[in-house]
Amino acid sequence: MGHQGDGEPGPVAGAGAPEPPAGFLSCDQTIERLYYYLDGELTEQRRIEITRHLDLCGPCVGAYGFEQELRRLVANRCQDHVPDALRDRVARALREESATAAD
Amino acid sequence: MADQEQFSDLAMEYMSALYTAALRMTRNPADAEDLVQETYLKAYRAFGSFEAGTNLKAWLYRILTNTYINTYRAKKRRPEIADVEDVEDLYLYHHLAGDPSAGLGRSAEDEALDRFTDTDVKAAIESLPDSFRIAVLLADVEGFSYKEIAEITDVPIGTVMSRIHRGRKALQKALVDVGRARGLVSVAEESR
Repeated sequence: MGHQGDGEPGPVAGAGAPEPPAGFLSCDQTIERLYYYLDGELTEQRRIEITRHLDLCGPCVGAYGFEQELRRLVANRCQDHVPDALRDRVARALREESATAAD
Repeated sequence: MADQEQFSDLAMEYMSALYTAALRMTRNPADAEDLVQETYLKAYRAFGSFEAGTNLKAWLYRILTNTYINTYRAKKRRPEIADVEDVEDLYLYHHLAGDPSAGLGRSAEDEALDRFTDTDVKAAIESLPDSFRIAVLLADVEGFSYKEIAEITDVPIGTVMSRIHRGRKALQKALVDVGRARGLVSVAEESR
């Protein structure tokens, strides 16, 4: 996968990050795959490449940490307490269903 | 045939997760409760066809999702469009960021995230069109894999990936809108 657009190193690097050595991913390539990395859906080889980039690149680590926090926020802020009335209702419905089935 | 008597023991522990998903799908408590009850009844009746040892949680979500789509979605008729052409990667991060060269570690952007409340996040998710909302819910709230989501929603894995990708962008955009309304992103906005 080659460089995109004007070939600037990365979307968050800003201060003129150096070109990655051969065999290393650029910031663009890393950010592009960041979500697959977070989702645990990359092959072992790809995963290692991203980890290696993140080990060396401050701006990408910042972005990675943020997306990780965001994921945690979405999961944590989206929990709702089940009303007791609903638990009772479902238990009753299942009891009635099994009584009907037994006839 | 799987033992129907086992059903309650195995399935009840997922009610909290199913109710949360049902609320985000239907966007109202009365429909969410009906949807959860219907899901449990259908699952109970079909439990004989459930293969013991496979993923019960995913199986219950499949019934919940199908029931929602077949019963509740027809009422709303929302268009299935997620307009995210102008939303670049890291959209929320960039909009919360004041100074892009600011320090490392737990940054100002991470701190800013904490100011989003439960209500903000729920409203942002509920603003997404159905298929994108369901994909993001299953991936980011429930932590299902792409393959599991493909099975739950009965679409090819490539479609799942595209819905998650676009859904997450739409979610970030919605959070920026919420944040802007609450004054959380105004500084970064002006500097851009």
